[in-house]
Amino acid sequence: MATTIYTHAEPAAARLRIVAAPKAIPAQTGVWVAVSAIAMSFAALTSALVVRQASGTDWQHFVVPRILYLDTLILIASSYTLELSRKRFAAEAAGPERATLRSSGLYWLYMTQTLGLLFVAGQFLAWRSLAAQGLFLATSPSSSFFYLLTAMHGLHLLGGVLGLLYVGFRLRRRARNAQTSLGTAAVYWHFVDLLWVYLLLVIAIRM
Amino acid sequence: MHETSAQPAVHHHSPPQGFINKYVFSLDHKVIGLQYYGLALAAVFIGMILSWLMRLHLGWANLAIPGLSHLSANGAPGGLMTPEYYLSLMTMHGTIMVFFVLTNAPFAGFGNYFLPIQVGAEDMAFPRFNMMSFWTTFAAFLVLMAAFFVHDGPPLSGWTTYAPLSSVGAAAGPGEAMGQNLWAVSIALFCVGQLLGSLNFIATTLDLRTKGMTLARMPLSTWAWFITACIGLLAFADLLPACILLILDRTAGTSFFTPGGLVVSDTMQPHSGGSPLLWQHLFWFFGHPEVYIAIVPGFGIISHILPTFTRKPLLGGMRVMIGCMIAIGFLSYMVWGHHMFVSGMNPFSAILFSVPTLIITIPATVATLMWLGSIYGANLRMTTAALFCLGFISVFISGGISGFFLAQPAIDTYLHATYFVVAHFHFVMAVAAIFGIFAGTYFWMPKMIGRMMNETLGKLHFWLTFIGVYCIFMPMHYLGLAGNVRRYSSFTDDYLVRLIPVHQFITIAALLTGAAQLIFLYNLVHTRWWGPLAPDNPWEATTLEWSTTSPPPFDNFGGRHLVVHQGPYEYSVEGASSDYIMQTESQPVIKS
Repeated sequence: MATTIYTHAEPAAARLRIVAAPKAIPAQTGVWVAVSAIAMSFAALTSALVVRQASGTDWQHFVVPRILYLDTLILIASSYTLELSRKRFAAEAAGPERATLRSSGLYWLYMTQTLGLLFVAGQFLAWRSLAAQGLFLATSPSSSFFYLLTAMHGLHLLGGVLGLLYVGFRLRRRARNAQTSLGTAAVYWHFVDLLWVYLLLVIAIRM
Repeated sequence: MHETSAQPAVHHHSPPQGFINKYVFSLDHKVIGLQYYGLALAAVFIGMILSWLMRLHLGWANLAIPGLSHLSANGAPGGLMTPEYYLSLMTMHGTIMVFFVLTNAPFAGFGNYFLPIQVGAEDMAFPRFNMMSFWTTFAAFLVLMAAFFVHDGPPLSGWTTYAPLSSVGAAAGPGEAMGQNLWAVSIALFCVGQLLGSLNFIATTLDLRTKGMTLARMPLSTWAWFITACIGLLAFADLLPACILLILDRTAGTSFFTPGGLVVSDTMQPHSGGSPLLWQHLFWFFGHPEVYIAIVPGFGIISHILPTFTRKPLLGGMRVMIGCMIAIGFLSYMVWGHHMFVSGMNPFSAILFSVPTLIITIPATVATLMWLGSIYGANLRMTTAALFCLGFISVFISGGISGFFLAQPAIDTYLHATYFVVAHFHFVMAVAAIFGIFAGTYFWMPKMIGRMMNETLGKLHFWLTFIGVYCIFMPMHYLGLAGNVRRYSSFTDDYLVRLIPVHQFITIAALLTGAAQLIFLYNLVHTRWWGPLAPDNPWEATTLEWSTTSPPPFDNFGGRHLVVHQGPYEYSVEGASSDYIMQTESQPVIKS
């Protein structure tokens, strides 16, 4: 049998690859991991909803509050404004520092947060409208799931608003890797946005 | 998303000053690992004492246990426990052991301590999340313990807390009021802690490996923790909403799990249409992966330690072992229904859960054969850690074989909820995982506390424990086949009365085996302060944790950035100058 000698120096290309590999940023991995866990939680709740609807005869259908559709538009707009903000900061990082780009980037970032808060306010109105129909948390499994899903989603969205506040603080301070933080926060924000569209579909179909 | 940076990914933090920052609210993964290990150690002794109390009652139902009335005046008047209090103790035993011992020690404890070191990182990816992870878990433990001290005592619905027993509140019995609330809140907190931990494990493994530490060069223990983190991420993300639904049913009047028209203790429950089966589905979709969260780190620890003492790589190669662990993790999500064969689930779906359950035995058997084949013909260094590896393989096989029977719906219908099941899961999950923890402890303690544990005491501990667990759990198979139902606090039927002597034998064995753990505790405490100082690499092992001092400095490698040149298990390489080659050595490896 032939004797092969393996040395570390031998696969030089391999070593070069290791040296040249871009430094991975844990926060970027971490946000995807967090997103998959949250997706799993909502998948569990969805399957619970399907099973629960089939298990009893007490599922009350109700009119989905109209405000939810407006809210959906608001949230999609917030994803767009966040991208506008990211573009400004990316342009600033690529070229010489320009105050207009920075302030415009921050403006769209604050706009995103405002839209996020508007969305939560809209959700609150939706709850009021449901309560006006006489549907409370314990009235029917459909309303239980409605309140639960919207509340859990709203909490995740408020978490996103806090995250963007922190990112804005870092951007203003010109902190190291602040732009990466913005990218990471954007992944989360778009996910929470998509999650809402999914939940709206579930609510519209099932309730 | 593709910004690259010349800066290090994790900014360095300087060593903390002061006792609180150093040992209490520490960001250092090593301290957090020790905290998890310490919490598990406290929890395992509490859980063990609970099992003693239950065993005493099972053997001698009329025996008044001195002092027990102080723990609960209602539950054990005059030291004689009521059937309900027996169930409360059983619930707490199961919950403490599964969550706070079998998850905390092998995964969160050893994983936190050694995963960053084994990949050559200075710390976890998110040290603050890591600290939050431990303190959330600790809070969860305190909340659970509080259930002992509320008016009605701990819940009695078992660690699986089946609805509607767990969802209707005080009417369901003592402990089902505040005790069950505390249980649900505790487990929800625990889920949050584990999710934060899993996030850290995954990001650290993917992003913080040192130069040259390719995935293929990662030690099997790190692989196991990584795979466990992936399992845990999805499993705990399922249990957390389940706990929220349970809490809402109990406190907000919703009817997720509580059916309509339910009369409990002569009172009609104000619920409608809920599905008790839904709780079982949600619970076991977490619960079965949880079994692998407990045992896969054991797989990794055993596969990591065995090559060190057989002085050769694992038979079949580490890729096969990694494949086995991934396959087990993947399949663990498809078999939850095998816990529900007799639950009223559609009987046709039983076969759908039975087949993947039997398929899991394939990767489990391959892994077992790899360990056995590695021992064959090896010049085994018989240390305590090696003995516990052998013990792990033994109890894993013993517990695994009874799994073949239980995986089949027709046989399970008879054996379900008997002591046969108790024997099965204690062997395959509890005792096997505990043996993995012991193997890891004897192997890594020199690194963790910088002192060598006493081998004579260790071997004595092993033999007493090994013989002890077989005396406890082997007769339970017989009890189960004879029809002895579990969760009964005493036996009055004729056919059960005849089995009481077997229970008495098991009780004596449990008391003695438990007492043998005091040898371990003494050994651990004595080593911590008075043991002989440990060299950097006492076992002549190869991985990165042995390339640093015992215990490692704050930044793990004293400012060095290690470069990895070798696979993790280069033992007895032909032509090499010694019989092991450290991962950091750049000398040529000669393979024929």
